[in-house]
Amino acid sequence: MTTLGKTAGGLFWMFRYLERSENLARLIEAGLRISLTRGGAAGEEWRSIITTAGLGAAYEETGGDYAAPQVVNFLLRDRSHGCSVLCMIENARDNGRVVRTAITREVWEATNECCIMARKMLARPVREADLPDILAAIRRHSALVRGALHGTMLRNDIYNFARLGTFLERADNSARILDVKYYLLLPSIAHVGSLMDNNQWETVLRSLSALHSFRWLNPGDPKPIDIARFLILDGRFPRSIIFCIRKMHENLHWLEREYGDRLVSQDLARQVLDQIEQASIERIFEGGLHEFLQTFMIGNRQLAEQIERDYRFTG
Amino acid sequence: MAGDKSFFDEMFDEAGVPRHPFRSYHRWFADQEPAKLLKKAAEAEDLFRKTGITFAVYGQEDAEERLIPFDIVPRIISASEWARLSRGIEQRVRAINAFLHDIYHRQEIVRAGRLPEHMVSRNTAFLDRMIGFTPPGGVYSHIIGVDLVRTGPDEFYALEDNARTPSGVSYMLENRETMMSMFPELFSQIKIRQVSDYPKRLRRSLSASAPRKCDGDPVLAVLTPGSFNSAYFEHAFLADQMGAELVEGHDLQIVDGRVAMRTTQGYRPVDVIYRRLDDDYLDPLTFRPDSVLGVPGIMDIYMAGGVTIANAPGSGIADDKAIYSYIPDIVRFYMGEEPLLRNVPTWRCSEPDSLAYVLDNLSELVVKEVHGSGGYGMLVGPAASKRELAAFAAKLKQRPENYIAQPTLALSTVPILTKKGLAPRHVDLRPFVLVSPDRVEITPGGLTRVALKKGSLVVNSSQGGGTKDSWVLED
Repeated sequence: MTTLGKTAGGLFWMFRYLERSENLARLIEAGLRISLTRGGAAGEEWRSIITTAGLGAAYEETGGDYAAPQVVNFLLRDRSHGCSVLCMIENARDNGRVVRTAITREVWEATNECCIMARKMLARPVREADLPDILAAIRRHSALVRGALHGTMLRNDIYNFARLGTFLERADNSARILDVKYYLLLPSIAHVGSLMDNNQWETVLRSLSALHSFRWLNPGDPKPIDIARFLILDGRFPRSIIFCIRKMHENLHWLEREYGDRLVSQDLARQVLDQIEQASIERIFEGGLHEFLQTFMIGNRQLAEQIERDYRFTG
Repeated sequence: MAGDKSFFDEMFDEAGVPRHPFRSYHRWFADQEPAKLLKKAAEAEDLFRKTGITFAVYGQEDAEERLIPFDIVPRIISASEWARLSRGIEQRVRAINAFLHDIYHRQEIVRAGRLPEHMVSRNTAFLDRMIGFTPPGGVYSHIIGVDLVRTGPDEFYALEDNARTPSGVSYMLENRETMMSMFPELFSQIKIRQVSDYPKRLRRSLSASAPRKCDGDPVLAVLTPGSFNSAYFEHAFLADQMGAELVEGHDLQIVDGRVAMRTTQGYRPVDVIYRRLDDDYLDPLTFRPDSVLGVPGIMDIYMAGGVTIANAPGSGIADDKAIYSYIPDIVRFYMGEEPLLRNVPTWRCSEPDSLAYVLDNLSELVVKEVHGSGGYGMLVGPAASKRELAAFAAKLKQRPENYIAQPTLALSTVPILTKKGLAPRHVDLRPFVLVSPDRVEITPGGLTRVALKKGSLVVNSSQGGGTKDSWVLED
């Protein structure tokens, strides 16, 4: 069987949307924790979450407060801006339908059930009391799709297109979260070794499900530079930028082997990977963390567009 | 339990005793706890929803995809009943293919005076482009769904021949899967003929009609109008099950005299296209220029032997409701035999005497649009109000040639499971037939559609119908 360009594109987007919905749910979870533990700081946190999701302007239009119920409902279930968790899960399922013949029944059913769950739980405005259950259900269902993918899919081009979508989106998400919070890490340039506001760094780590792993590796008081190093350059952490880009490079390498054809995407991925592998956290801070993250995000987007062209997703 | 005496119930005779094919099932059924069965029925619904076996209803675009309701009481057909039915179906399907070949070649049936010339020349389903052309393997209608209804112990009628793009086969297959997973014990106790090899047979059958320019193993593709089409689930299902690509028009292009699909590694030729798209949309260069669903130039490639299109363009004329009334003659003409399956008596409203009769007896008749399908635009006289009858009579007088009328048939019933126990509901049956150059194959059983509303005779899923698993018993 050959893979249609449309199918490869559908897989890529299906997994981008799934990753995106899961990431947003994680951000909401971190925000929720702040609003429970430090009511006063919550407004600022919700604002930065909305910014991270790229929905600043859309939210301003609603005229809503930066308070938990409005923001949470906006991010979870609002259909007007098309980027809510619910919309993205539905988009993932729509793409899943398009590529139905390329995925196993188990992957399809897990995706479909995820959508059935989301539609049911998000049918009406969410009450604060129900939020933990809903966020847990989203996390669980995302894990089920991933599990079905790992456990049942052939390791061929189809799998690699799906994984490329996942890691592309994940790298972008980690970079965005860091970029929105980069100013928190900045004082460290002047005072290497200074301590951060504990709650702030905890939130950054929580929103990337990194708190446990980071503490495991850094038992003492957290230093900003260690956090940045961990989230950008630690190849052991599955949401770090370097981990994601290595994976993409690897997925593209398998495509090259399977198809017997080296394309521009492979070269581009190599370039992005080289830049990161040769970087040290000190040099990144010297050149400017924000600039580094921006450059990375642009490179990541260009890579996505190149993959789309090389593998004829649309024409 | 006895059904309404005026209808033939397939499960129970007049005395309320289970008929022969249902005996083993009924013994099992009597042992079940009703509450548990109802719970199973609800589970079946969840199972279908999970699998995503859904359809969209035309004209309700915002509506979420719906499930076709499934009833867990099977419809059971004995081996001897099936043997007779399948002989009749095979005869009919062979005649239809012979008819299609004839009307696109010498039109002997017209020359012999058995079919009025205008039935062909003025039929919108007749394609001039197909005149003189013979499709690969000589097969026109590869996949046919013959709708059957029953009115008595031995009375079966063919109600419609779906010779273009019959749908529903995925329900036949999934209904069986669902029944087997819910009631495995039934399948070890009762010997039921399998349906699950349909996709394999479909693949074989389509491959056997590969075009001249195909070298090697034929590459098959299912051409769908897209994921928003009401039958998309089925298109994806069939492509998946038979190992074919699932393509839309914009995935295809003419490259080097072949129809080719855009893969991740460039364009690759396709040999056989199982299209689930009407003729009109197939080729914007030949038919509707505004169609974005088809493939520009595909008809030229087809004519040059570069691709097989199944079913062949122009097959629709055989299942046209105006042609329907000639099918007994068509069978006699091409097969030299008496038809084994009955046709429902049909008044062609284009004929003045018939029209007068139809208008006089409208409240007792079923009137259908000649080119309609899916139960749209039809009138069920006995169920219609005075106002609806009057409105329909006006439409009839305005365009009589657009309608045919048939007596309201006393469709047989098979019980469904309701909260109050078994209750008889009207059913029909759509067996699925595969035609290849060397054989005709009929999957034992088919899709039983059931009108879930008490007393209703309309079984279409778009009009509140459901489905049942259909069993053909082994000898």
